[in-house]
Amino acid sequence: MRGMLWLSSLVTVAILLIIVGYIFYKGFRLINFEFIFGDYSPTGGGGIWPMIVTTVYTIVISLAIATPIGILAAVYLQEYAKQGRLVRTIRFATESLTGIPSIIYGLFGAVFFVTTLKLGMSIIAASLTLTIIVLPVVIRTTEEALKTVPAAYREGSLALGTTKLQTLIKVILPSSMPGILSGIILSMGRIVGESAAIFLTAGTVAAMPTSIFSSARTLTVHSFLVTQEAGDIELAAAVGIVLIVIILLLNFSATFISKKLSKADY
Amino acid sequence: MSLMKQSEGTAKINVKDLNLYYGDKQALFDVSLNIEEKKVTALIGPSGCGKSTFLRTLNRMNDLIDGVKINGDIVIDNEDIYKSSDVIKLRTKIGMVFQKPNLFPMSIYDNVAYGPRAQGIKNKKVLNEIVEESLRGAAIWDEVKDRLKSSALGLSGGQQQRVCIARAIAMKPDIILMDEPTSALDPISTLKVEELIAQLKKEYTIVIVTHNMQQAARVSDKTAFFLNGEIVEYDVTNNVFSNPKDQRTEDYVTGRFG
Repeated sequence: MRGMLWLSSLVTVAILLIIVGYIFYKGFRLINFEFIFGDYSPTGGGGIWPMIVTTVYTIVISLAIATPIGILAAVYLQEYAKQGRLVRTIRFATESLTGIPSIIYGLFGAVFFVTTLKLGMSIIAASLTLTIIVLPVVIRTTEEALKTVPAAYREGSLALGTTKLQTLIKVILPSSMPGILSGIILSMGRIVGESAAIFLTAGTVAAMPTSIFSSARTLTVHSFLVTQEAGDIELAAAVGIVLIVIILLLNFSATFISKKLSKADY
Repeated sequence: MSLMKQSEGTAKINVKDLNLYYGDKQALFDVSLNIEEKKVTALIGPSGCGKSTFLRTLNRMNDLIDGVKINGDIVIDNEDIYKSSDVIKLRTKIGMVFQKPNLFPMSIYDNVAYGPRAQGIKNKKVLNEIVEESLRGAAIWDEVKDRLKSSALGLSGGQQQRVCIARAIAMKPDIILMDEPTSALDPISTLKVEELIAQLKKEYTIVIVTHNMQQAARVSDKTAFFLNGEIVEYDVTNNVFSNPKDQRTEDYVTGRFG
């Protein structure tokens, strides 16, 4: 039994190492300053800076919208709403939303944000679509985080004559910060990993976006396209390396911020 | 009855015909008692007898539970607490200490300053004074004065419980409710908390729920024995333990059940 457990974890780690190792092996030769910070040249060569900028744009905008809405919704569902059929229905709906393939969201975004709202193929249309995709993730993880706050904290705070809102802001939200943060990190992963929905809403223009209303290409879409069109696995792998590094940087900074936030209480 | 007269003080809390229901299940039956000012009143009885439930009606903590219905009167300082709607004000007047220490994940200082800050006190000097005074009042100042800014959760259980008491008295309440405050503590910490209770009753009216009959005998002036949601006997502590009037009280305090 112990052997099985050991083997299972070994297999998991091995798969991860093989994938990351393969990508690094394939792509590392292309990585240099010019590749990362250079402007893209359609005739070959050049860098991926426009895609990096586009990716960061979409992450920041989507999270800037999804995080506050998601946290507030979760707080309402968990702390304020009367637990009954309506709340159960809302929970069921948010859970179902996480299971819908992203291409469906992409189609919706293309119809609603791009066409109906006349945003055009743009970073903002893609970001709004991504907001809808990650919203259920933020809500679910925040709800779970709120659930783990011991009831004794609530009671202790309320018994001191504080209002529900004071208790929420001073005690409950700070102690569920790590859980909320892991939801945000998960969302970041989801945003960075998304290709189909972005492809349909932001388009594939491989140039530096001039504003959030420009059509542009994220790293993931770029990686997909260079494999698809040019069959250039090495280039796709190099883009992959940059993606992995961006994700790691974002995770570290998120953890760092949360440490700072919880330290602020002492 | 002469003994009872002797100890008759001013009633701080008057409870009359209190009934409490969790949904359809009745948990308290016609509970009536007067709790005296600046005395320690112990509530004893077997598990599930309603003593904690009763304690929590006094600062309306049961309001947090869905489906709780209450009728009857609880009058504190001439105000029926279930008819006046200001729960916040009520709870600033009544401190509570829980079964397990429940300090927040903050520094010792911030824990004690939490209540006053929520009341809008921002002045650093005033807060410093309240924190020191409260920690001294809870007989823990000397143990924590050099580490006020470090996490409260790093203290031992007994220390945490005394900081909880400090946090409660930082609100300058009239009444302190204690729900089995030593059940999670070791004997030495328990002793310290009991000594503290003896100190505190000079200034506060204390109501304490306890499983430990020796504790009730040691710390309280009056004792109410609860059984199945009713008060069987309420008298001066000495009488309850050495000369109970009801057979059920005698069986319980002599350890025949519960």
